[in-house]
Amino acid sequence: MTAPDLFFWLCAAVLMMSSVFVVSARSLVHAVFFLILAFLNAAGLFILLGAEFLGMMMLIVYVGAVAVLFLFVVMTLDTGQPGGTLRARLPAALAAGAILLLELAFVAFAGGPAEVPEPLPGGVSNTRALGRLIYTDYAALFELAGAILLVAMIGAIVLAHRYRPGVRRQDPVRQFVRQQGESIRLEDPAVGAGVSEQGR
Amino acid sequence: MTVTLAHYLMLGGAVFTVGIIGIVLNRRNVIMILMAIELLLLAVNLNFVAFSAYLGDPAGQVFTLFVLTVAAAEAAVGLAILVVFFRLRGTIAVEDIQDLKG
Repeated sequence: MTAPDLFFWLCAAVLMMSSVFVVSARSLVHAVFFLILAFLNAAGLFILLGAEFLGMMMLIVYVGAVAVLFLFVVMTLDTGQPGGTLRARLPAALAAGAILLLELAFVAFAGGPAEVPEPLPGGVSNTRALGRLIYTDYAALFELAGAILLVAMIGAIVLAHRYRPGVRRQDPVRQFVRQQGESIRLEDPAVGAGVSEQGR
Repeated sequence: MTVTLAHYLMLGGAVFTVGIIGIVLNRRNVIMILMAIELLLLAVNLNFVAFSAYLGDPAGQVFTLFVLTVAAAEAAVGLAILVVFFRLRGTIAVEDIQDLKG
């Protein structure tokens, strides 16, 4: 058994175990941490497969953003931990899993033998090959992905933003359109008269 | 034992199965369902990358990139909906979210 094979088995074992713990953990915080562990191992597998860029993307996007977002929400919301009715739901869950596993096993064993991996055509690095594809053949999809992210960002902000009355806000439009005449008032008060707040 | 494409596909299938089990088995709250969905997308990504590596075609990795984008967007919007729902109801237990049922 060579070193890459050993690495695969290690990553695969930990990925498997941590994903099982994600769905079976008692507390939500533990589940999020196991999710992070699963993402880490998946990133290791990606790098083992020669997809270094995607491995790093997994670390940045999933571990750095998505999992931390989960953690924030889990810790913000006060979720009670009601007692489980695990026994009642176990048969249905096991049945669903068994059916899916059977299908996948059928597909896996009915197929032909897998081939050995080849280096990317042209001998370019992984990131360079991805860049060439993204900005040429998949340029439209790339722009669409950007649009999806923009919509998701605006949607999340609009959804989660809370309007509270009585909070003094900045009004940029009023700041921009106001003129000198309505902002400055020149007074020439008489001696001992003072200036009223309202003017005149 | 030499690692082949089949091993990666079986691993992806196993993780996908765990995610499906997690969705069905879930008895607590919606965040667990969201995390199970992330597991499903992870398994799909693993299959994409494995095929991409063993077929020598980087297009599979491009699709993984798009799956990653959609997964991030889904997580953001889903968690925002959860926060709003929690603000309105004070709970995110699965049993309590049945108002949309006909």
